[in-house]
Amino acid sequence: MTLQEIIDQLGLKVLTDVKDFSQIIPTGGYASDLLSCVIAGAPRQGVWVTLQAHMNIVAVAALLDLSAVIITEGARPEPRVISKANEEGITLLASEQPTFQVVGRLWELGLKNGG
Amino acid sequence: MKSGKTRRERVITDEVAGYITRVEELSYEVKVQDVMTRDVKVATPDMRMVEVLELFREFRISGAPVASKGELVGIISIEDLIRALRGGDMAAPVSEYMSSSVITVKAFHPVVEALKVFTQTRVGRLPVVDEFGKLVGIITKGDITRGLLRALQSTYQEEELRRYRASHLFDDIVSDRTSLILRYTVKARDFVRGGRASSSIKRALLRLGAHPQIARRCGIAVYEAEMNLIIHTTNGGTIRVEIEPHQIYMEAVDDGPGIENVDLAMQPGYSTAPEEIRELGFGAGMGLRNIQRCVDELSLESTPGVGTRLKMHIYLSEGREQLRERGDEIKSMTRQEMKQRSSRDDSSGDH
Ligand SMILES: Nc1ncnc2c1ncn2[C@@H]1O[C@H](COP(=O)(O)OP(=O)(O)OP(=O)(O)O)[C@@H](O)[C@H]1O
Ligand SMILES: [Mg+2]
Repeated sequence: MTLQEIIDQLGLKVLTDVKDFSQIIPTGGYASDLLSCVIAGAPRQGVWVTLQAHMNIVAVAALLDLSAVIITEGARPEPRVISKANEEGITLLASEQPTFQVVGRLWELGLKNGG
Repeated sequence: MKSGKTRRERVITDEVAGYITRVEELSYEVKVQDVMTRDVKVATPDMRMVEVLELFREFRISGAPVASKGELVGIISIEDLIRALRGGDMAAPVSEYMSSSVITVKAFHPVVEALKVFTQTRVGRLPVVDEFGKLVGIITKGDITRGLLRALQSTYQEEELRRYRASHLFDDIVSDRTSLILRYTVKARDFVRGGRASSSIKRALLRLGAHPQIARRCGIAVYEAEMNLIIHTTNGGTIRVEIEPHQIYMEAVDDGPGIENVDLAMQPGYSTAPEEIRELGFGAGMGLRNIQRCVDELSLESTPGVGTRLKMHIYLSEGREQLRERGDEIKSMTRQEMKQRSSRDDSSGDH
């Protein structure tokens, strides 16, 4: 499944620069708001679902070469977070849904590798 | 799933976007004289239109500047030729059909100036003049495209070369012990810049040709150390990374408050992070544990009231790179060993 399909199916808002998301194939996913747990557990090239929206999510995502960060419950990162993400080539996506729902949908779509 | 497909064509990939910005940059760097055609086919004002036809045919061109004794006096194009042909006036001199208000560009101007003229005026070619107004060349959109592609190609090769040089740094420099030292100052509570040291280190290692796995392990270790300096120290601290062909040594040092119980701090889940910091997602008490999983050797020395020194080693022996990272399976140091080490270091008064 491509990131483009995930974006379309979950109706995610793309906060960062548009890329060819149909070429990006996430390997799995991880959900947590604790950064050190994400570092320990997120699969490389995976998607990370969180309601954190501050600057450090970019650092963590870049460190782990994540495919995308899905920010849940309508939380919106500040503009400088978005520009930092663009600098680092990190894709930030936003959903109005809570984490539980987002993860459920990803699971339904077949993204079941938890790392 | 079908819905994604329709958008595909319109998406500009990062790579393409990168090239576009690079081309834009280059159009400011590359000069008109770098891409223009120097061998200009010139018509003279007293030439007959039929001779112009010959000139165009012979050199397969569709326009030429008109110059008299090196002085640019006009421009003649295929449209002018057609007008003469229609009127059966091919014996007329060029001066009767040329347009004498000539738009020119300066040889020493950047290509972007020529591009602007092309888009504003719809002319197909521009005579190029030097600072004295003397005709020195001619430029078309095709010349610009070719010139920029050439420049793009060569900057691309430069980047490749740079990466190659970096990755052979250690081979090329002969000494008894070559090392590269990177230092970063980390400010307490500076969450916005958190991750700066680790991402620079990761990038540097990749440039040096390190295995991506190694770069990632170093990145994680330094990130956790960096965040601990930001979160837990009074005055921040410094991170020093020493890269050698056979090992990477990373160190985070601060001057307080120090750790009361190093053993406890090492335990997964233990954290003294205050509530407002936990809200940001820190304070899982997993940082040191993550470092431990990423490095081959770790030592945490601390004296309350004096400061903390975290030392981390990654050994770069061929073939071992893949081994670690996800591994609880390999622990370079048991907690017992660590305890001994930290108490020994404490008593040796290292701080
Ligand atoms: N440089 C330091 N100075 C003082 N105390 C420190 C330092 N580094 C770590 N500690 C102590 O060790 C504890 C554990 O650190 P660790 O990095 O494992 O977890 P954390 O920073 O609390 O949470 P996390 O890293 O998961 O966000 C910290 O809560 C803190 O009490
Ligand atoms: Mg920590």
